[in-house]
Amino acid sequence: MPVTVKTFTSSGEAAAALSSDRSARYLGGGTLVMRALNEGDVSISTIVRANDHAMMRIDATGSRVTLGAGVTFARILAERDLAFLHPPARSIGGPAVRNMGTVGGNLFASNPYGDFTVAMLALDATVSVQGGLGSREVPIEEFLQSRERQTGTLVLAISFTKPASADAFRYCKIARIKPKGGAVITLAAYLPMNGSRIVGARVALGSMAPIPIRARAAERALEGRSLDASTISAAATAAVEGTSPGDNALASAWYRREIVGVHLRRLLSGQE
Amino acid sequence: MAKTALQFRHNGRDVAIFVDGGTNLLVALRELIGDMTPKFGCGQGGCGTCSVLIDGELHLSCLTLAETVAGRSVETLDGIKDGPNLHPLQRAFADNFAAQCGYCTPGMLMAAKALLDRNSQPSRAEVVEAISGNICRCTGYEPIINAVLAAASVSRARA
Repeated sequence: MPVTVKTFTSSGEAAAALSSDRSARYLGGGTLVMRALNEGDVSISTIVRANDHAMMRIDATGSRVTLGAGVTFARILAERDLAFLHPPARSIGGPAVRNMGTVGGNLFASNPYGDFTVAMLALDATVSVQGGLGSREVPIEEFLQSRERQTGTLVLAISFTKPASADAFRYCKIARIKPKGGAVITLAAYLPMNGSRIVGARVALGSMAPIPIRARAAERALEGRSLDASTISAAATAAVEGTSPGDNALASAWYRREIVGVHLRRLLSGQE
Repeated sequence: MAKTALQFRHNGRDVAIFVDGGTNLLVALRELIGDMTPKFGCGQGGCGTCSVLIDGELHLSCLTLAETVAGRSVETLDGIKDGPNLHPLQRAFADNFAAQCGYCTPGMLMAAKALLDRNSQPSRAEVVEAISGNICRCTGYEPIINAVLAAASVSRARA
């Protein structure tokens, strides 16, 4: 069924068009919206686009990194200042998907996709959105919890503090097909150190709930401790707490619960 | 619903068509321009057989809104041969038995071309990575990987 395509030069106009029409979807790289159209999703009757250069911007020179919503994973992989994000970017799709898929779109990708968002959750990112009432900054957790209701808001950018050291941010995606494939589970950890102690631990999990979630019990097991064998064991044991994974063709909920602690242990031990 | 006029370069030739809103590039190429080389596989971005180069960059035509290529250059498998002469990649695919049913071949060739265009001497691992978005259910991939490496060594011998 033909849809109406509305293209704007500014994100503000696009946001207004998006918020005024419940059947409108924002088209970024196309890997979600065009796929829905190809599958015959009749809930979409309007496609909104914006050719706003601000949404394509990467600012990674300072301590705070800002990625425009339209930044593709291929561009992240080409950016030396973003080396810590290369593992999550590389874990997504094949080269064509990475040339198309965007940081902003990934926030809306449901299981078994959305791996980059798991990394963003571990890094405590802030999502800049523009709705009908103007722009605002939303913590990523809050954004994800209301994701289903966010189709009328336009994501402009995502920003976060650059990890203090290369070792502080860790990521791994467990997939049956390598290097490409939907996630069985995805793990990301941010472990800032104060001396030998972890201060401000964040552990994020993908495919362990309908949206990416934080493993708060594992974070508590890490907080204030040094990253030794007993701390890692305690975090690994706690990883499954508070999770609610589902069954899909890639793995069962039972399997996901069984392996999440195993992979968190390996991630924290530097084995993945 | 009104159609949208769309002009772009298709394998070095200017084309002008009218598309319905929401038409993807694969449909535009196959049904409106008559270039049957990109194939429809999954329509979801999972198989890669619709792969084309847009301004030299590998894209999935089934997930590309046709009107986003306005004024840009689209290259498909139909454009890579030189008159009656096969492209070195096509020759290498034939010599190395890299096609069986052939359905993945157009996408494999475009993914391989995207790689060799920017890296004429890839490692085996780089070839594997380059075709990782393309599914082949016949060959087990080994003949395809060998063919891409063989095409790279042909271009090295010529250089």
